[in-house]
Amino acid sequence: MTLNANRIREDFPILKRKIYGKPLVYLDNAATTQKPRQVIRAINDYYENYNSNVHRAVHLLSQEATKAYDDAHEKVGNLIGAKIEEVAFTKNTTESLNMVASSLGQKLKKDDEIILTRMEHHSNMVPWQQAAKRTGAAIKYAEIDGNGELDMRQMRQLIGKKTKIIAFTHISNVLGTINPAKEIIAAAKEAGAITVVDAAQSVPHMLVDVKKLDCDFLAFSAHKMLGPTGIGVLYGKEEMLENMEPMLYGGDMISEASYEDAKWNELPWKFEAGTPNVAGAVGMAAAVEYLQKIGMQNIQEHEKKLTATAMKKLRQIEGLTIYGPEAPKRGGLVAFGMDGVHTHDVSALLDLQGIAVRGGHHCAMPLAKLLGINGSTRASFYIYNTPEEVDMLADALENVAARMRNPGK
Amino acid sequence: MMKDPAEELYREEIMDHYQNPRNYGKMESPDIAYHDYNPVCGDEVEMQLKLEDGMVKEAMFTGKGCTISQAAASMLTGEVRGKGIKDAVAMTQSDMLKIIRINPGPVRVKCAMLALRALQKGIIQHEAAKAR
Repeated sequence: MTLNANRIREDFPILKRKIYGKPLVYLDNAATTQKPRQVIRAINDYYENYNSNVHRAVHLLSQEATKAYDDAHEKVGNLIGAKIEEVAFTKNTTESLNMVASSLGQKLKKDDEIILTRMEHHSNMVPWQQAAKRTGAAIKYAEIDGNGELDMRQMRQLIGKKTKIIAFTHISNVLGTINPAKEIIAAAKEAGAITVVDAAQSVPHMLVDVKKLDCDFLAFSAHKMLGPTGIGVLYGKEEMLENMEPMLYGGDMISEASYEDAKWNELPWKFEAGTPNVAGAVGMAAAVEYLQKIGMQNIQEHEKKLTATAMKKLRQIEGLTIYGPEAPKRGGLVAFGMDGVHTHDVSALLDLQGIAVRGGHHCAMPLAKLLGINGSTRASFYIYNTPEEVDMLADALENVAARMRNPGK
Repeated sequence: MMKDPAEELYREEIMDHYQNPRNYGKMESPDIAYHDYNPVCGDEVEMQLKLEDGMVKEAMFTGKGCTISQAAASMLTGEVRGKGIKDAVAMTQSDMLKIIRINPGPVRVKCAMLALRALQKGIIQHEAAKAR
């Protein structure tokens, strides 16, 4: 079965919008995706029909809200092959990664080592820097080669007795590189290191099975996979979560409390202090259902085709440089630079033709510096994008190049 | 009729200042030279001024970055010549947008303001050093 993007587009009200009188071509999906009616409706339905706090009152509304909230954990768990106990809801990927870094960080000692890669988003770098500063642990970076792929040989050399944590992005949000997660995790296991996967760019676009990966932690956000903003996931192996300290304390995360002390609630509620984002959970569950109906493999296949077409077309544009590896090592995004034209101008001139892309350093400033650029322009694809839209992008880029190309200055 | 927004943001005057920047280059022994940049997008400018009797006698700049940041710097160098330094420091965002005559929107307003902010920081630093 292949995915029918034109049929899917019907479910997304926003795709009917005109931008400066032109049809919207939305290619900023790595930043956030649009939402189908099914998700918007589920959120509406919650607020209109069974809005209530969860896990507390015995009235019917609370029973319904609690069931929907708990079911959302199960559905999300089902997507990634995890048990409900292993799925804690957070605000987003960033919060999930901060929870792990702050909790694992407490156990680090001086001279322990954390391994990251050169292609991390700030959200999987800054929390570890802070953990390292607090404890005297050191951060080591796995290098990337000229294709924007991890240098696995060098990474293996980094991994040793001192390695306590290896945290890495599954798919780079700048280079599009799909990192060899299984291989990295296997190497980490041999050294007894804990693995943390930033899956913000992978779970929405491919089948990710935490049991097959065998990672200890994995984080992602709902809003990059058709769900609402403000809700994300921290997956952790049950024994890992059992041994992990919560970051937030308060209501719902305790099993019993006295004036002097408290005992933590069972998993995953121990990590969900306070009234949670119930509407967000309901919306995320609807998003997961929507994606599973299409099939994660079909989604990946669709994006692979779009990306291959985009790479081919963009290569024909003079003065355009594409960053990152070739398929099949690349996910559904293409970041590029245009000779002599600032990325702000590229993205603004595309916007004026109705095409939404992202320009800048994509929250990976050190990586931009390593590549020797100020930033790049990124087109990122999803289920509702079509080959025609890729053509429009290529044509629009030709226009930008023609307009900005000049002998002056 | 609605103006084409492309013609608005990238109209001829802006493109002209971007492609043929006025007062571009290094000044010999400026009284003030202040380099500033926007780490988010990598736009940078260095504003250089010569002063006389509390007035800007000459203004030049160097820099690289997006159209708006560089055109704004070019246009500003023309605008501040002959201005009292107190008046230059008092210039606001709306003054700057009047000079470039575009509305860059909430995200790119930082690009438009980079040169003015550099010029103002340069003057303030210079005056503070003089007062010590």
